[in-house]
Amino acid sequence: MNFDDTPEEAVFRAKARQWIADNAPHELDAELRASTEGKLRLTSVDPLVAARDWQRRKSEAGWATPHWPVEYGGGGLNSIQRVIWSEEEGLYAKLSQHFLIGVGMCGPTMMAWASEGQKRERLPKLSSGEEIWCQLFSEPAAGSDLAGIRTRAVRDGDDWVINGQKIWTSYAREARWGLLITRTDPTVAKHSGLTMFFLDMRSPGVEVRPIRQMNNEASFNEVFFTDVRIPDAQRLGAPGQGWEVALTTLMNERATLAGRVDTGFDELLDFCERLETGSNRRAIDDARVRSRLAQFAIRDSGLRFTAFRSISALSRGAQPGPENSIGKLVSAVVEQDMAQFALDLEGEAGLLADPALASDRGRFQSILLRSPSMRIAGGSDEILRNIIAERVLGLPADIRADKDVAFEDIPTAATAQRG
Amino acid sequence: MQFEFSDEQQELRDSVRRFFERECPVTAVRAVIDAGTGYDPALWRKVGDGAFLATAIPEEYGGIGAGYLELCVVAEECGRVLAPLPTLSAIYQVAEYLMIAGSEAQKRRWLPRIAAAEAIGALALNEGVGEMRADRVAARVSGGRLIGEKLPVADGMAADFAIVAARDEAETLGFYLVELDAPGVAREAVETLDPSRGHARIVFSGAEAEPLGKGDRGWTLVEEIRDRAAVPAAFEQVGGADRALADARDYALGRYAFGRPIASFQAIKHMLADVYVANELARSNAYYGAWALSAGSDKLSLAAASARVAATAAFQRASASNIQVHGGMGFTWEYDCHLYYRRSAYLALALGGPSLWEDRLIEFRRAAAA
Repeated sequence: MNFDDTPEEAVFRAKARQWIADNAPHELDAELRASTEGKLRLTSVDPLVAARDWQRRKSEAGWATPHWPVEYGGGGLNSIQRVIWSEEEGLYAKLSQHFLIGVGMCGPTMMAWASEGQKRERLPKLSSGEEIWCQLFSEPAAGSDLAGIRTRAVRDGDDWVINGQKIWTSYAREARWGLLITRTDPTVAKHSGLTMFFLDMRSPGVEVRPIRQMNNEASFNEVFFTDVRIPDAQRLGAPGQGWEVALTTLMNERATLAGRVDTGFDELLDFCERLETGSNRRAIDDARVRSRLAQFAIRDSGLRFTAFRSISALSRGAQPGPENSIGKLVSAVVEQDMAQFALDLEGEAGLLADPALASDRGRFQSILLRSPSMRIAGGSDEILRNIIAERVLGLPADIRADKDVAFEDIPTAATAQRG
Repeated sequence: MQFEFSDEQQELRDSVRRFFERECPVTAVRAVIDAGTGYDPALWRKVGDGAFLATAIPEEYGGIGAGYLELCVVAEECGRVLAPLPTLSAIYQVAEYLMIAGSEAQKRRWLPRIAAAEAIGALALNEGVGEMRADRVAARVSGGRLIGEKLPVADGMAADFAIVAARDEAETLGFYLVELDAPGVAREAVETLDPSRGHARIVFSGAEAEPLGKGDRGWTLVEEIRDRAAVPAAFEQVGGADRALADARDYALGRYAFGRPIASFQAIKHMLADVYVANELARSNAYYGAWALSAGSDKLSLAAASARVAATAAFQRASASNIQVHGGMGFTWEYDCHLYYRRSAYLALALGGPSLWEDRLIEFRRAAAA
């Protein structure tokens, strides 16, 4: 047990810190500080340009995907060095969000399932930010029940022909490549008839439509496929093996989300230090406020140290396991609770959502309206609790009405109506 | 950086767990409750033979001198089996008072006996209802004689001596060593929420009181040692919380309703998943506390408060959920659920209650952020 650096780690940290001091876009510091997790508030520069620029600079020095093998664009760092790097990157990690899905989920899936040539061709460009990736998994009728997807892939010569629709796809507009799960055989049980591909998003027949969300932004998209052709060479795993491939992605998704555990607690604490609640009185002076803050604080520090424990396990060769579901489950709820709490402290003016009028440029209002998505995306709270209950605690799986039923015979709302 | 216990510490955990599983089944805990002895003298002696709880006491004073990480490992196992032992009083606190503030003679006299489980020391701070603060200490020492009343005193019946907070003729607050079998000491057992760890009311009427060390330490010593004690106490809570979760899981798997194990209902699965999450967050905070304590880090106060707040919340949730999963049977004396629930209440309040620690946690996070 040692939370301090060894002498070698201290040398490494100093090197990382020096490189960041020499290379980071310090001119963006104020804007990055004002950005909440998940939303870049850059006005002086196009956020995507700034993000790509930082990613490319990191890539040239080996910091972009520091834990990847060098031949795929990595820096060959070990897990502990990766923690040190991410601690040092700090504020500038907010510039990485366009690349998170690629680096955290699509990249590891490619590494496990693509051919050597494909890996050497695609992964360095993914790592450097030249090519953004998206994850084409969820569908209108298949969210938590992901294996119930209906997008069809039909073999035609050396190609597969894709028809269907995906939804809740982050960065689909910016993405050059997508990881696509399809149904290739509806006559077998639902998990058995799936096949995974990677898709050039510029292929004819791919149409991306932004979704206007409840917070009046459009970070998610719908993606429609009309007779889209994918070469068979871009299939990952065997036909019918798609669920197994998807599990690689989902497990890494949890590990990725678990690794990013900035709950925003420090900003809330700072807010309570500054917020006047009376003459010569700040919110932080109120024992009730401190009590609530303390319950947030243990989640904040608990997630951070839980991630450290996971990384210790990974550094000894363990695979990212179901226990990593904790990170997102806790942080999504904490973010929402903290936003509600901060707004309560603002009185009726907590309603103000105009950044020019609201306190902290509307930080907590923005989080409040965004936070419901965090509790659904990447595995809903309920799915994550099921995973913990079943895979960690060993409790029985839910009783299912679709077990061992051919996919095409599974009841839906439509068949129920027909009686 | 390394965020796990070492292989050697894991081996220690395994052997201590085997020891407690053999020597401290839940029937032993119930026997203490039924007999009203407040602790298990036989188990205490066996623990002394193995010197399990003397890991942080230096060898020159009869301990193992291994350190605090090992103490935390043992504490978690004590918590898991609800060990009816005077750990919070004698080991996590009184031994620390002696090591940090005791005179050489006091250390030589008492530490080896604590290490060998030949003596129990109690800590007598409280004087009735209300959060314990320096300005509430009314006990008085005059001419080396102590007068006052302390309530509640953990392990006060079992203890051979106590460290007592009192004021001298000049109103200065200090700490005194008092032997409890001496004249001028009257004590009685009091009923508490957790009879497996006994408490007493002690009335001092002119008992002989010897200043601890040079007698120059004020209330900050209480806070310093509470921070240190909070870490192994948090490990006891983590151990108890994990055991309560395991108990709930086992029952839910075996109990059938509506034609299936109740463990297959999402209402139960999700409740237990939430318990697991709280337990893991508590464990991670406790690990940080263990490191800060063992490394003598200046972050100890923050780490101890984080460990304490998280572990209290986790054990309370786990023990309450365990009763809920058991349904009506969980409310019986016969089932063990109430033993965890009672222990979680005791551990939440010992060393000062949750709100005190919440307040300290934020105080130290503010300092860290500044």
